[in-house]
Formats: sequence, structure tokens, C-alpha cells
Amino acid sequence: MEFVISLAIGVMAGAGVWLVLRPRTFQVLIGLSLLSYAVNLFIFSVGSLAIDKAPIVKPGLAANLLNYSDPLPQSLVLTAIVIGFATTALFLVLLLALRGLSGGDHVDGEEEKH
Amino acid sequence: MSLLLLLLIPFIGSAFAAQLPTSARNLASSCAALVAIAVIVPLTLLYPEISAGNVVTERRTWIPSLGLDIVVRIDGFAWMFAMLVSCMGLLVIIYARYYLSPQDPATRFYSLLLGFMGAMLGVVVSGNLIQLVLFWELTSIFSFLLIGYWYHRKDARAGARMAFTVTATGGLALLGGVLLLGHIVGSFELDVVLAAGDVVRAHPLYPLTLGLILLGALTKSAQFPFHFWLPHAMAAPTPVSAYLHSATMVKAGVFLLARLWPVLSGTEEWFWIVGGAGVITLLMGSYVAMFQNDLKGLLAYSTISHLGLITLLLGLNSKLAAVAAVFHMMNHATFKASLFMSVGIIDHETGTRDMRRLDDLFRIMPITGTLAIVACGAMAGVPMLNGFLSKEMFFAETVFVSSHPWVENLLPLAATLAAVFAVVYSLRFGHDVFFGPPARDLPRQPHEPTYWMRVPVELLVLVCLVVGVLPAWSVGALLAIAADPVVGGNLPEYSLAVWHGFNAPLVMSLVAMVIGTVIYVVFAMRFKQRRGPGVPLLQSWNGKRLFDRSLAAITRLARRQQRTLGTNRLQSQLLWILLITAATATASTLIVPLEWGDRERVAVTPEFILLWLIGAACAIGAAWQAKFHRLAALTLLSVVGLAVCITFAWLSAPDLALTQLAVEVVTVVLFLLGLRWLPKRVEQDEPALSLRVQWRRRRDFILALLIGTGLAALSYALLTRNAPLSISPFFLEHALPEGGGTNVVNVMLVDFRAFDTLGEITVLGIVGLAVFALLRRFRPPREAINIPDQQNATADKVGHDLTRQADPSKALPAYLVVPAVLTRLLLPVAGVFAFYLYLRGHNEPGGGFVAGLVLSIAYLAQYIVSGTHWVEARLKLNPKRWIALGLLIALCTGLGSLLLDYPFLTTHTAHVTLPVLDEIHLPSAAFFDLGVFMVVVGATLLLLTSLAHQSLRAQRQSASTDESNTAKNTVNNTTPTEAEGSNHRWNS
Repeated sequence: MEFVISLAIGVMAGAGVWLVLRPRTFQVLIGLSLLSYAVNLFIFSVGSLAIDKAPIVKPGLAANLLNYSDPLPQSLVLTAIVIGFATTALFLVLLLALRGLSGGDHVDGEEEKH
Repeated sequence: MSLLLLLLIPFIGSAFAAQLPTSARNLASSCAALVAIAVIVPLTLLYPEISAGNVVTERRTWIPSLGLDIVVRIDGFAWMFAMLVSCMGLLVIIYARYYLSPQDPATRFYSLLLGFMGAMLGVVVSGNLIQLVLFWELTSIFSFLLIGYWYHRKDARAGARMAFTVTATGGLALLGGVLLLGHIVGSFELDVVLAAGDVVRAHPLYPLTLGLILLGALTKSAQFPFHFWLPHAMAAPTPVSAYLHSATMVKAGVFLLARLWPVLSGTEEWFWIVGGAGVITLLMGSYVAMFQNDLKGLLAYSTISHLGLITLLLGLNSKLAAVAAVFHMMNHATFKASLFMSVGIIDHETGTRDMRRLDDLFRIMPITGTLAIVACGAMAGVPMLNGFLSKEMFFAETVFVSSHPWVENLLPLAATLAAVFAVVYSLRFGHDVFFGPPARDLPRQPHEPTYWMRVPVELLVLVCLVVGVLPAWSVGALLAIAADPVVGGNLPEYSLAVWHGFNAPLVMSLVAMVIGTVIYVVFAMRFKQRRGPGVPLLQSWNGKRLFDRSLAAITRLARRQQRTLGTNRLQSQLLWILLITAATATASTLIVPLEWGDRERVAVTPEFILLWLIGAACAIGAAWQAKFHRLAALTLLSVVGLAVCITFAWLSAPDLALTQLAVEVVTVVLFLLGLRWLPKRVEQDEPALSLRVQWRRRRDFILALLIGTGLAALSYALLTRNAPLSISPFFLEHALPEGGGTNVVNVMLVDFRAFDTLGEITVLGIVGLAVFALLRRFRPPREAINIPDQQNATADKVGHDLTRQADPSKALPAYLVVPAVLTRLLLPVAGVFAFYLYLRGHNEPGGGFVAGLVLSIAYLAQYIVSGTHWVEARLKLNPKRWIALGLLIALCTGLGSLLLDYPFLTTHTAHVTLPVLDEIHLPSAAFFDLGVFMVVVGATLLLLTSLAHQSLRAQRQSASTDESNTAKNTVNNTTPTEAEGSNHRWNS
């Protein structure tokens, strides 16, 4: 499990980094989304990987990290998901505004000079 | 009366005066005068207590975590200065009423003057060094604003900027010095610091502390080499020069030196730096003053030299000298302010301040002349006037100084020389201006000023005389209580008398008088005939030029660095961010090696491997397709999102899975809405770029590969090592007993970390509003305005959002009827489901975030299927109000706990028993979660609907373009201007 998760994080981050460095706004947008998936999964996995141990306290089961998975990274990631959506939206609108002003979709607002 | 209130009064008055009508000269001045009196009276009432040697303090908690209080602390010295500030303020306020012309915006003047008075009072009565620095900077700001009062004048703007740059830079240094001092002593309280002199002087950081504090004090008091700003500050109105730049603000520097005298003085460093700066300033200031043609310039340099004298006295490390310094501060304030005011009168009456043009004014203005001549006498140190007394004390100190032999010999000489210069420039003012042949080319026909303009001068000159004739009777007690705290409580023996017998100081005075008069008599005509502003021997040394040059050099340096180190290109910025992050992360493996641990592994299943095979393939596919096939890339991206979502569900994070799923839906809708406005891509790179582009792609590919591998390795290491102790068990243990909920993640969000969540929903709301605002000004590109072909392909007979209806009155068969009915049926169901998710959130997976997203998705579905017009004609959603209400509810829930004396956002759980529903579990966090829910609904809807509205606007736009075209074609048009107007708005 650990190995698969790590590889998944690595692939998503690599694809994200590649896209973030591209010159077209849409590429950067997709890249940022991929990066945020990678980072969210990374932070989430910092806690512990556990199956069927959702952090919902059940009567009779002592509330400790042996019986439940770590709730801390989960609550961090939950807000990160929503905020990530908001910033993606903001970026999308910014690139639309840039498109309206400059006519193109290069991240610098103008095509690269020769 | 509360001392804090006393400190606040000027600021309240300042705010009040700013509200008055611009030209309400009488109202503003009488209001300001009342404020000054309201400060003077309570201060006067404090006299009995202060004179008994007590220190009056009052404190209010400021930043308890740093141990900082706002302390008003008035001892004898602070009291004397506070009286000086407020009384001088009152006189200046009266004087300025007659000085300002009716065209000047009087309310701004008085508002700033009162603000300055408050700031200066704050400096002198601060019992806390940080607070002192704060007020200190405030005086710099008010000084800047007052020098630039006539901001249409270039010299005023330049002078204001220079004064501010120099004094505020000094203030910054002072802050550093004070922080160090507080670090050494362990407290910023003045009382503690004053008692810790020995500790401070012995500390290894003492030289640095001293240097920084002196930098602040010397810049403020215009001491060499920072003196050059003061003459340029004379562009201010004369009342400001009299008040700020001679009597009070420039005294703040020497005030601070005197205030910290018991702590910092007594060392070699102090003697050489303070004394050295003082003696150079004293000589240089008085020398340059002789050659000024402008009366205010003369007074400015004279002020510099007198401040130098005070600094020198403080630098001599002798208690008697410190007493003399305090005495001279008082004396200088009285005679110099009266001289400035006299200059103001002369300027006001004759229209010029140029001494070469002014002559024989005594005949025309005998009263003003007498007053000015007496004040000049005090400035020159003529017996029977107050300046003489402190000057004698100064001479005595220079004679009795004990230091290196050559200092002992040279210092009295330097003092006498400065006194000679002082006699010369005083004579230039007192004799040259008022006597001589009648002036011919005065801009205005002068006469005596109005009575009230002269009153402040008369009062000040009266003080000079009374103190000069009867010093012990008039000022003895005041000097004793003011000087006592400066020397640390042990006042040395001194005698305030006009006649001390025939001794060395008297000889020095007489010598200075005689030589000065001789020089004046010999050179008077030469002074008068000088054309240029230069000063003999010092021509090449020009502080202003140096200042300007260094400023220009700094600006150039900054620009060059920006050019070489900075870039406007996003790609290189991102590249550097990534490179530095990667390098830092790699470097950290040198400290903690990257190696796998032996934590118990979780068994992997083939299904999970398959899931991520698909996920990884899609991630790579998205990266590959994002340039030319945006829709494909978006689809692939959402598959990756689903894989993440399934992983969350798999690995015991139901809340995350729910939220991720809902967010996935809105993200896809969002992207789809945005896709419409992006330009078409042509699958061809420009040949000229291709080489560079190929190189860049290779580089980025390698970087992506490295970062991906690195992150994978890091993550694997983290996952296999044994985790150290974390704070998580606390949350698990306390969620049910103290948070009152079994879903730990939700309890953390709305209870343990509720403040954080409050911040996050605020960000969400801000983003929603920012997007809304950005899109209001959005200009769709020209080629995107027309309706896409796909939408035109729908049959003509059906009506939907995106086609313009030829005849709105005729109802057309609707578009996508069956899905529309189903979606509408779904709305109440989705509403109930969202409510269910919200309610169970505290104990089961769910909560405000996901509930809000579900409800927004239900609304969005209506938009998608039925069209914007249809939905908005039937539903009044108003997402902005949802955001506002949600934030309000969340905030009020948090504040509720404050009312019950619990920390912000403390949760209380109530258990209510209802007849049918049985026991209900009702935590106050539920209300907080309701706020979260509403903000999420509002923000999501606002984001997506404002984007959706763009299509409608673009369509309206294309319609109006059509209309305007037809209007242009047909000659008798009806609404061309309107159409063109809107056309212009969108297309230009």
C-alpha cells in the first residue's frame, strides 16, 4: 500500500510540475490541480494508512491511534480541498481576464519575443 | 483626570478639527486653543504632586503576551516638557490664526498641529520605550505633513520628504536600539530601564545599543552629520517652524538623550560621540548661520547650533552640565520661538524674509522690533536675559571639563568661538533688519501687525526677561524638578544668579561680545552684498546634495538589482521556486538521511494497484494533452480526482472522500464554463522558438522527473518510518467528552480548530467576491462573442438560454424537457440530503462543507439544464447574501462564548428532549457549521453563476453589435448612441 501511494504522489507531482512550467494558462491550471491532489494525498498519508478505522469514535473502543486512523491530517486536508477549489476558481477567472485583456493565453500576457 | 485621556485629547481634537469646513479659520483655531487649554489645565493641577518629587503613572494593558503596557509616566522632566509642548502649542495656535491667509485650508493646519501636539506629548510622557518610539515616529509623520502643508510648492514637498527620510530612518534605528536596550534590561518599562544603568553600561551590546539610539536622537535633533534636513524644513509655514523645528520636535532628540542620561552616559563612547557631534554642530551651525540671507535660514542654523550646544552639554558626562542642558532647552525654546514668530510677522507684513532687502524696520514696527531685538539679545547671550544664564553655565562647564589636556584647552576656545559667531548672527538679525537706510524695494508697505499676532511674542519675550533678571525666583524651582530625574535624583550644587563675580565664564562672554561686535561692524556691508547662498570655506560641503546623490544611488542600485535579479516572466519565477524548494528538500537529507523505516506495512490489494495504474496513467495523460486537447485533459484530470477520492474512502477517511467527490463535480463544471473563453490552439510551434522550446522542455521534464521521484521517496520514507509522538491522540480522546461529537474530523473543524475554519470560510467568501468583481469588468475576446456552432445547431423551434428569441412574447417549446423535469424533482431531494449531511456531521461523516457543496450542485444542475434565465426568473438565490449571513452566523456563534466568559469559539452542547423526536443533541458548534454551510453554498454559487453569466452578457453584446450595425445602415435610427455606448464598453 505504502509503495503504491508514494508512487501515485510522485507521478501526480511530476505531471503537475511539468504542467506548471508550461507557457499556456490552461496547462498551468491543470498542473496546479494535479499538484494539489499530490500534496493533499501526501499530507493525508503523513498520518497513518489504515483500513476500516475511520476516526469516528465508537462506544466501547478506546479512543487512541491504534483503533482509529489519525484525524489531524484529515481535518487539515478537508479544508485544503475546499480552499484549493476556491483558488483554482480564482486562477481560472484571472486567466480569463488576462485572455480578455491580452487576447492570448500565454501566462505572461504576451507571446515570447524572438 | 485620567492621564490617558489627557494624552488622547489632542488626537480627538485633531480628528474633530479635520471634520470642520475647510475655511472655518476662527472655529478651527478656537477649537484648537480649547484643546490646548484642556491639556494645560490638568497638567498644571499636577504641579503640587510633581514638585513634591513624585512620579505620576497610569497604565493600561496593551500586549500582555509581550508584557507591554501603555504607560503614562510623568516625572519632573516629562512634566516640564509636557508644559512646554502644550503652552507653546497654545501660543502657536493663537499666532497662526493671524498668520494663515484666508485662502489657506486652516482646518487641515489645525488638525495636523493638534495631532503633532498629541504625538509630542506622547513622546515625553511615555513610560514605556516601545510606546515612546511609536509616538516618536508619529511626530516624524506629522512633521512631514506640516512641512508639506503648502504642497503645491516644490521646495515644501522636497523639504518634507527629506525631513521625513532622515528622521524616520533615525526612528528605525532608534527602534532597534530600544529593542536591544529592552533585551539587555529585560523590560521596556522606563522605570526599570532607568534603574539599570550599571548593567547596561557593562553589557557587551552597549556600544551597538548606544550607536542605534544616538542615530535616532541625532537625526531628530538635526545634529552633525544629519543637520541638513532642518534648513530645508523651513519651507513649512512659520508657526510650524516655531513650534516643531525650534521649540519642540527637534528637542525630542535631546529630550531622549537627557531621558536616558542616567542609563547611557558616563562612558568614553558617550563622551566622544555625543560630545563630538555636539561641538561640531555647535561650531558649524553658528558659523553657517552668519552667512544666511534668509531670516528663517539664519534661525534654522542657529537652532542647529543651539541644539549642538545642548548635545555637547549632555555629552560632557557631568551632572552640572546636564542641569545646564535642561535649562538651555527651556531657554532656547522661549527665545527661538519668539524669534521665529517675529520673522513670521516681518514676512507677513513686508512680503520678504531676505535680509538684504529688509532695512530700517524699527521705524515702522517699533513694538515688533523691540521684541525681536530683546529675543536676539537672549540668543546672543546678553546679560539680564535668559540665554545669558545657561550660556554662562555652559562656559563654566567647558572650563572645568576634565579630559585629555588638549580637550581641556580647546573646548573653552571652541565655546567662545561659537559665542562670537552667535553674536554676529544675532546682530545681523537684530541690527541689520531694524536699522540702517530706509528699505526701498519691499513687496508690501509694512506696518505693525494685528494685536493678537503679537501677543504670543510678547509673552515669550516677557519670559526671557523675567528669567534673565530674576532667575532663582522665577525658574529655580521648575529647573530643579525638571533636572532632578535627568541626573538620576542627586541634584548637584548650582546657583542661578545673574552675577557670579568676575570669573572665567564672564570673561569669555565679554570677549565674545566684543569680538562679535567688531566682526559685525567690519563685515556688515559685505554680508549684505553677498549674492550667492554659499558659505566661505564650506562651499563644497553640501548636505542636501549628498543626500540627493545617495538617494539617487540607492534607487539606481535597486533598479539594477531588479533588472538583473528579477523577472516578469511567470515561468522563470515558478522554475526558481521549484528549484529552491527541491534544493532545500534535498539538502535536508544531509541532516536527516532519507531511508526507509520498518513500520508495519498495510497489505496491498490488486484492486488498489489497478486503481492507481489508471490514476497515474490519467495524470500523465492530462499532462500530455493539456496543450491541445483541453477537454480530454479535463476528463483525465477528473479521473485522477476520482482515484484520490476512492483512496480517501479506502483508507478510512470518509469525510475527505465525500468532500473530494463534491468538489470534483463543481471543479469540472467550473472548468467547462471557463473553456469557452480560451483561444483555439494551432498545433504548430513557431520555428524560431523551437530550439529554445525543445531545450526548455527537456529541462522541465528532467526537473519534473526529479521532483516526482523525490516526493515519492520522501513519502515512502514517511510512510514506513515510525511516527514520533503527535498531538492527534488528544483530539481523539477529547472529541466525545469535550467536543460532544463522535466524528473527530468534524469536531476538529468546528470546535478544536474552529478559528482556523473561520479563517478558511472567510477566504472562501473573499474569493467568491473577488471573482464576482473581476468578472464584472470582464471583456470577452471578440472572436468568442459569437455563439459557438454547437449551440447554433439546436433546432430553431426550441427556446433556450443561449439563442436570442425573436419574439419574446411567443412561448417556444423548451429544450431538454425530460432531464429538466428530473433535475427539478431532484432539487428538494438534494436539499433534504444536504440537510441530512449537515445534521449528522457532528457524529457521522458529513458536515457543513459537504452539505453546502451538495446543495450548490443541486442548484447548479438547474442552471445547466434549464438555463440561467429560467432559473433566475424563478429562484432568488442572491449568493452574496448567503456568504454574508454565513460569516455573520459563524462569527456570532464564536462571540457568544465570549459573553459567557469563555475563549472565542468555545462550544457548548445542549441536550434537548422533544416530544416526538426524543432527545436531541444540540451543540453550539452546529450553528458554526451552519455558517460554514451557508458560506460554502454562497461562494460556490457566486463563483459559478458569475462565470455562467458571462455567456449571457456576451450574447447581449453580440446582439447590441448587430443592432448598432443595423442602426448605422439605416439612416433614421433611434438608439445609436446607446448601442454604440455599450459596444464601446465591451469591445474597446
